[in-house]
Amino acid sequence: MTGERLFQGADWDFPTLQRIHDACEEIAESELGLNVYPNQIEVITAEQMLDAYCSVGMPLFYKHWSFGKHFAYQQASYRKGLMGLAYEIVINSSPCISYLMEENTATMQTLVIAHAAFGHNHFFKNNYLFKQWTDADGILDYLEFAKTYVAQCEERHGRLAVEQTLDAAHALMSHGINRYPGKKLPDLRVEEKRAQYRRQHEESAFNDLWRTIPTGPVKSVATLSADRRRALLGLPQENILYFLEKTAPRLAPWQRELLRIVRHIAQYFYPQSQTKVMNEGTATYVHYRIMNRLHLQGQLSDGNFLEFLSSHTNVVFQPDFDSKYFSGFNPYALGFAMMQDIERIVTNPEDEDREWFPDIAGKGDTMGVLRDVWANYRDESFISQFLSPRLMRHFRMFHLHDDPAETAGIRVDAIHDERGYRRVRRALSRSYDVGFIDANIEVVDVDLAGDRHLMLRHTVLNGAQLNDTDAKRVLQHLADLWTYNVSLVEVDSTGKVLKEYVANPRGLAAVA
Amino acid sequence: MVAIHIVDRRLNPGSKSLENRQRFLRRAKALVQQAVKKTSHDRDIKDVLEGGEVSIPLDGMDEPRFRREGGTRDMILPGNKKFIEGDILPRSGGSGGRAGGAGEGDSEDAFRFVLSREEFVDLFLDDLELPDLAKRKLAEVESEGIRRAGYATSGSPANISIPRTVSRAMARRVALRRPKPEEIAALEAELLICGHEARRAELLAEIEALKAKAKRIPFIDPIDIRYRRFETTPKPIAQAVMFCLMDVSGSMTEHMKDLAKRFYTLLYVFLKRRYRHVEIVFIRHTDRAEEVDEDTFFHGPASGGTLVSSALQEMHEIVRSRFRPADWNIYAAQASDGDNSTSDGEVAGRLLTEKILPVSQFFAYLEVGQDAGLTFEMPDSSLWTLYERLRLAGAPLSMRKVCERSEIFPVFHDLFQRRVRQERAP
Repeated sequence: MTGERLFQGADWDFPTLQRIHDACEEIAESELGLNVYPNQIEVITAEQMLDAYCSVGMPLFYKHWSFGKHFAYQQASYRKGLMGLAYEIVINSSPCISYLMEENTATMQTLVIAHAAFGHNHFFKNNYLFKQWTDADGILDYLEFAKTYVAQCEERHGRLAVEQTLDAAHALMSHGINRYPGKKLPDLRVEEKRAQYRRQHEESAFNDLWRTIPTGPVKSVATLSADRRRALLGLPQENILYFLEKTAPRLAPWQRELLRIVRHIAQYFYPQSQTKVMNEGTATYVHYRIMNRLHLQGQLSDGNFLEFLSSHTNVVFQPDFDSKYFSGFNPYALGFAMMQDIERIVTNPEDEDREWFPDIAGKGDTMGVLRDVWANYRDESFISQFLSPRLMRHFRMFHLHDDPAETAGIRVDAIHDERGYRRVRRALSRSYDVGFIDANIEVVDVDLAGDRHLMLRHTVLNGAQLNDTDAKRVLQHLADLWTYNVSLVEVDSTGKVLKEYVANPRGLAAVA
Repeated sequence: MVAIHIVDRRLNPGSKSLENRQRFLRRAKALVQQAVKKTSHDRDIKDVLEGGEVSIPLDGMDEPRFRREGGTRDMILPGNKKFIEGDILPRSGGSGGRAGGAGEGDSEDAFRFVLSREEFVDLFLDDLELPDLAKRKLAEVESEGIRRAGYATSGSPANISIPRTVSRAMARRVALRRPKPEEIAALEAELLICGHEARRAELLAEIEALKAKAKRIPFIDPIDIRYRRFETTPKPIAQAVMFCLMDVSGSMTEHMKDLAKRFYTLLYVFLKRRYRHVEIVFIRHTDRAEEVDEDTFFHGPASGGTLVSSALQEMHEIVRSRFRPADWNIYAAQASDGDNSTSDGEVAGRLLTEKILPVSQFFAYLEVGQDAGLTFEMPDSSLWTLYERLRLAGAPLSMRKVCERSEIFPVFHDLFQRRVRQERAP
C-alpha cells in the first residue's frame, strides 16, 4: 500500500519502462506465479509496426512479393484510416520480444507489458503445444538462416526460380504441417546445423565421375506390391510439403531446402492458430490482474486506471450476432470471460458449478488451476472442458445448423438452456478444432510403375468441397514441384467420388 | 530476477518492407502499368503524377490455398434474444447468414492499394526514353568534377589530414614505447631529492637512456603523414532547358491551347525525371514573338497575324544569350494550328535547319486541331507541309497531329518510345 506512482500523466521514458516492467514482474512472479522467458522490450514506430505486420510479425524474414502485397494493402487501409494498428506484437522466442508502439501512453505501455511480456510470454513458455512444436531458443537463428539461405539461392539460381518455388510452397503451406509428433521433437537449431552439414558433405563428396558410371539394371518395380510401395513412401501422408521435400523426383537440393524452410515456419505457427482464445484469454487475464494490483498498491493513479479500464473494455467487447460490428467470437472476450469464470468457480462456486466442474469447484487455488489449464489445453479442449452454463447464458449463445438441403431455412439447433448446454459447447469447441477447420487432404499413392502420377485424396466432411478455382491453382503449383501429373479426388464418407482434378506441370525456370 | 533488455528500435532503418513492396510491384508490373494508364485517363493531367490509389485485378497476384466451401455448417453465435430450439430462420433474412471469412482481401476480385508519386511516375513513363540523338549528345558533353577519394601518402601540404596524421603518429609512438615526458620529469624530480650516490648514478643513466630513446622515436615522423586525396570524375550535364513555342494568334482556340499544355506538361515531367535541373522558357508568337510567363502564355490575350520565324528567331536569341549548348540539353516543342503566312516559310525553314536544330536535342512539332476529330480529312497546313519537307530532307524533326485530349498520351508515348531494335543494333 506504500507504492509510489510508477509515472505521472501520459509521458514515459526508458527508465519508466524499466520501472513498469519491474513492478509487473514483481506481481507476476510473487502473486501469479508465472514462469516466463527473459523479456526483451523493443520500442518501435507506427511504420515499423506496419512492416512487422507484413512479415507475419517476425523481426526478420526472407523476401517475397506476397509480403509486399500485404504491405501495400495494409498500408493503403491504414492510411485511409480503415484500420488501427495493434498496440503490441509479441514473438514466441527466447528472449521473448515484445514490440511496443512509441505512440502508446504510459498507461498503455503498462498494459501492454503486462499483457505481452508476462501473459503471452508465460503461455508460450508453458503451453504443451508450444513446448512440443516450437523452439523458442532457435527460432530467431533459424529465421536468420532462412533469410540468408533464400538470398543466396536467389543469387545462385536467379530470383524467378526461387520465387516460383516459394510461390508453390506457400500455396501448400497449410498442408505442410505435422499434426502429430513424430519420433523426436524437431529442434530448429539442430536442423539448421544438419542442413549446413548436409550441404557441406554433398559439396565435399561431390565427384563428377559418379555421374558417368552406369547404374545397372533398374529393379523391376512390378515386384513391389502396392502396399509395400506405399509403406516405403510413407503413404498416406498428409504433410504434402514434407512428402515433396523427401520424394519429389526432380527437385534440386536447394528447392528441397526451401520447401523445408516454409514447412518449418508453418509448423512454428501451428500452435498459435490452435490457441487464439486461450492465448489472448491468458494475456488479458494476466494484464487485468496486474493492473488491478498496481492500482491497489497505489502505483497507478485513478485517472490512469480509468484509461486502462476504458481500453480494456474495448478489447473484451463482444458484439451480438446481429450487430454490424459482429465478426465471430472475439477471442479476447471469450478467453477473458472463461478465465474469470474459472476463477469464480474455483473461489466461489454455485451448485451448478459443483455439478459441472467437480474437479475444480471450490478448490480455492485460482492460480494453480489456471496455470494447469494454460499448460495443458488448446482452444478446442479448453472450451469443451471449461465453458460453463453460466457463461453460455451470459453470452446468450445459440447453435445454428445450416443445411443447404433444408429449403425452409436455417435451423436453431440448440440454445443456452438445460437441453442445449452440452450441444452448444460441443459445437463451439468443434469450431476451434483444426481437424475440422482444415481440409483433410492426403497424398495417397504414386504411380511409380507408370507415369509417376501423384494421387491425392480429399475426404469431404459435411459436404464442404474445395473451392474450384483455388484448388486448380494450388494443384498447378503442386504439379510444378512434382514435375509429373497430379490428381486430386474428392471423396465423401461413403467413398463416393464427388469430383476429380488433374493438373499437368508447367516448365519452371528452375527446371529449364 | 530475470534480466530485461529495453531496446529503442525507432532509429533502425524503417521501411523493411520496401523491398518486398518493390518485388510485388515488379511482379504486378504489367497489371499496375495498365491500371496507371487507365487511372491517368480519368485524371486531370496535373494530378496524373500525384500517385494515389490504383486497383488491379487479382488474377496472377493471388495466393491460392485449399479452401472449403458449401456443405452443412454449424455456427455458434452470441446474443440470442428470441430464438428457441427448433426455430427455422429464413435464409435471406440475414440473421446469422454472414459468411465466414468475408472481408478477406483475397476474396475480392480487385486489389486496391496506394502508389507513391515516384512509383507512379516510374510506371507511367517506364517504357519511354530520350531519343537516340539526345543520348549521343548527352554522352559527349561532360564536365569534370572532383570528389574525395580516401587518403594518400603524398600530396600537397595544404591537403595534410591532421587527424589521420596525428592518430597514426600516436599509434606508432605507443607501439614503439616512446617514453612519455612525464616519466622523464618524474625521474628528474626523484634525482633532485635523492641523496644516495649509487641510486643517483642509476637514475642519471636511466634518464639519459630515456631521453635518447625519445629522440630516436620522433613525435611525428614523415611516415605518419597522410594527405587527403581527390579524384576528378566526369560529371554528365544534368540540366536541360525546355522551350515551349506556341502560336497564340486568333485562330488558336482554347481547346487547342489545352492540348498543347497537356503535351508540354508531359514533356516537362519526362525531362524532370532525366535531368536534375529543368528550366522552361515560354515563347508565344503571333507575327511577333515574346518570352512570357506561364500564365500569360496560356491565358494572355493576343491577336495578330502569324509568323513562325519570329518565334524561332526569339528562341535562337535566348539560346545564344542564356543557354550555352555545351552546358544545356535543349528541348523544344512547338504547338500550332498550322497557319503560317506563306512568305514566312523560307525564313522559318532556314532558321530551323541552320540555327535551331543543330543545338537542340529534340524538336517536336505538334499540330493541334479542332475537337471534331477530322484529322484525316484536314488538308495539310502550310506549316505541316514546310516541316514535312524539311523532315524528308533529313532534318531531325518529330511531328504529330492531335485533335483530342485522349490522343495526347499516345502521341507522346509514340515520340519517346524505347526503340528496342535500334538499341540492339551494333
